[in-house]
Amino acid sequence: MVCSEIIAGIKNIFGTFEALSVTQAYTDEIHIKVSPGLFKDTCLALHKMLSSSVYMLFASDERRARGIFTINCVFGNLKQGQWIIISIDIPQDEAYFDSLAKTIYSASLFEREIWEMFGIQPKGSPDLRRLRLHNEVWPKGNYPLRKDFQKLQAGDLGDYEFDRVEGDGVFEVPVGPVHAGIIGPGHFRFSVAGEPIINLETRLGFTHRGVEKLFEGQSCIEAIRLAECVSGDASFAHSLAFTQAAEKISGIFIPKQAVYLRAIFLELERMYNHVNDIGGMAVDVGFSFPSAYASVIKEALLKLNDLLTASRYLKKVNTVGGVLKSLDENKKQILLDSLKRIENDFNELVKILYSSVSFMDRIDTTGALRRKTAEGLGVVGLIARASGIPADLREYFSTIYKEARFKIATEESGDVLARLKLRIAEFKESIRLIEVFVGKLADDKEINVNPEFKEGRALGYVEGWRGPVLYWMEIDTAGLIQRCKVVDPSFLNWQGLSYAVLGNIIPDFPLCNKSFDLSYSGGDL
Amino acid sequence: MLQILKNRILKGILTRRIELESSRVIGDADLSVRRAGSELRSLIRKKFGRSLHIRQVDTGSCGACESEIISANNPIYDLQRFGVNFVASPRHADALLVTGPVSKNMLIALNKTYEAMPEPKFVIACGDCALGCGPFKDSYYVCGAVKDILPVVLHIPGCPPNPLQIILSLIAFLK
Ligand code: SF4
Repeated sequence: MVCSEIIAGIKNIFGTFEALSVTQAYTDEIHIKVSPGLFKDTCLALHKMLSSSVYMLFASDERRARGIFTINCVFGNLKQGQWIIISIDIPQDEAYFDSLAKTIYSASLFEREIWEMFGIQPKGSPDLRRLRLHNEVWPKGNYPLRKDFQKLQAGDLGDYEFDRVEGDGVFEVPVGPVHAGIIGPGHFRFSVAGEPIINLETRLGFTHRGVEKLFEGQSCIEAIRLAECVSGDASFAHSLAFTQAAEKISGIFIPKQAVYLRAIFLELERMYNHVNDIGGMAVDVGFSFPSAYASVIKEALLKLNDLLTASRYLKKVNTVGGVLKSLDENKKQILLDSLKRIENDFNELVKILYSSVSFMDRIDTTGALRRKTAEGLGVVGLIARASGIPADLREYFSTIYKEARFKIATEESGDVLARLKLRIAEFKESIRLIEVFVGKLADDKEINVNPEFKEGRALGYVEGWRGPVLYWMEIDTAGLIQRCKVVDPSFLNWQGLSYAVLGNIIPDFPLCNKSFDLSYSGGDL
Repeated sequence: MLQILKNRILKGILTRRIELESSRVIGDADLSVRRAGSELRSLIRKKFGRSLHIRQVDTGSCGACESEIISANNPIYDLQRFGVNFVASPRHADALLVTGPVSKNMLIALNKTYEAMPEPKFVIACGDCALGCGPFKDSYYVCGAVKDILPVVLHIPGCPPNPLQIILSLIAFLK
């Protein structure tokens, strides 16, 4: 869709629409600027027109240069491979905007985030509790993402208010932040009536490390290493989304060789994580042989990563302008041979799981997330696909995946079984894709050295193994990062888990949780 | 069932031999063990023998350190054969294995977990973040590295440390 079509579409929905400016910033990005009064209506119109949830909603502090804050809302026009970004300027002494949360639920977590980090109030929002800066340790009135935030000022501390479920025989079961397994920290509060869970409230933020602030002032090359540490099991996806944004802003050319290599590494990351989760689901029903078997396959993949790139988690592989590791003939052969063996083992693993009636019985219909709920919440990535939403950025945005005839996998039932089947299908598809991409590797250089950085702003996006990893970047004239907004798919998908477990029993929670396998650190930043 | 038996027989034993003597591989970890002092080590030997029960706490890690700790327990590395077990409750633990820089939100939980452990108890820091906060050093929300909060007797360096490093460090600590 070109700009004029979008504007005509919005006008169709509410007649008097007048944008301040409309620019096609890049082939895949349209920026629309409106006056603050029109923000809510414009977002509603786009939400309706594109049937897109809010992918990102974030603020930026530009008071030093222009005396304003900006609010930006990102919608996806997936079918046409486009992002549409609505932005408004708000004066610093009137720091508020109209809340979208009541009509577009997927905006609600983002609004809470803006309120706690910038102190910009979403007017009319039904929920302004803090997500990451816990009231018990972070005094009121400190907004860390404001540019003039220096040191923590003393102020009132408080408590977090959980939603209360009351009634005869309703019990509350609090769990966490420290759990029984080797796993990240989060607090889960179950309300149960008898056995079934009737409400689950998740309180997160325990691994908050202030990543977005740490990005500010760093050069792009340095900051890649930080991007890799946002969520360690998706380090390649994060570094890739980051570098894409930087490359887009500066118009840096990427050699074809690097494009294929990046896709290969991205798929390798998907594979080791998917098999890990399949094993995890087996652990959580006490089925130990396949879980051990899966961990052997995972180890084979990590070792393969190590062999190809000298890093088991594909760290220090990616950079702005290309990749630092190349695959010579020998390595290509090792990669293809290993994949053959891994594929055989994987097929055995699937057979073992599918031939166990008790296992299948346990996961079928467990933890179902219906499509309607999933759409309302704005969940993304694998979880959305398991509930029947055909959303995969690889399908819509990437030419090399199109060339390779990538087939998007979806399931309808939205339960643990659906998520298992989807992982199995994606694992196999990844093997196929890697084989295709390896065949395309030519004798070309894999990096464009000494790239020059320009000023500007852009969105980087990648379909990581959990779902879309999004990086919004603003770079100044000196080539330093002014703002970097990160959205890991876990951030939106945690709410999906709260709905998927309803009606299930607490002993099935670990199973549901593993079938989602969300990142604590990715969501908490 | 037949599937399982078939694969069990075909695969054989995957567990890899680990040369405990090769202190070369241990590198820095070996040094920090020595620094832990002979007094402490004799205490460990006396109290725990060759067994160690560990409770893991994530105070803000990126998740890769956990992933490698889990890998150390897989059939290939099989940490359990050396008498090291991961337990579900701090009440059952001899040592606390901490990953990640300490986020403000985890400070209370970390201290409470430590308090819940019976004496004698030890703290082990796993990964560069736990060691010195890694890339999160200057964050407004990080209280410091683990050693700033609790007495740490063993450091396992790496980002993330690989399973072999983890195992060798722990065994060296027990010896
Ligand atoms: S040391 Fe590295 S792998 Fe471990 S938590 Fe820190 S960043 Fe992640």
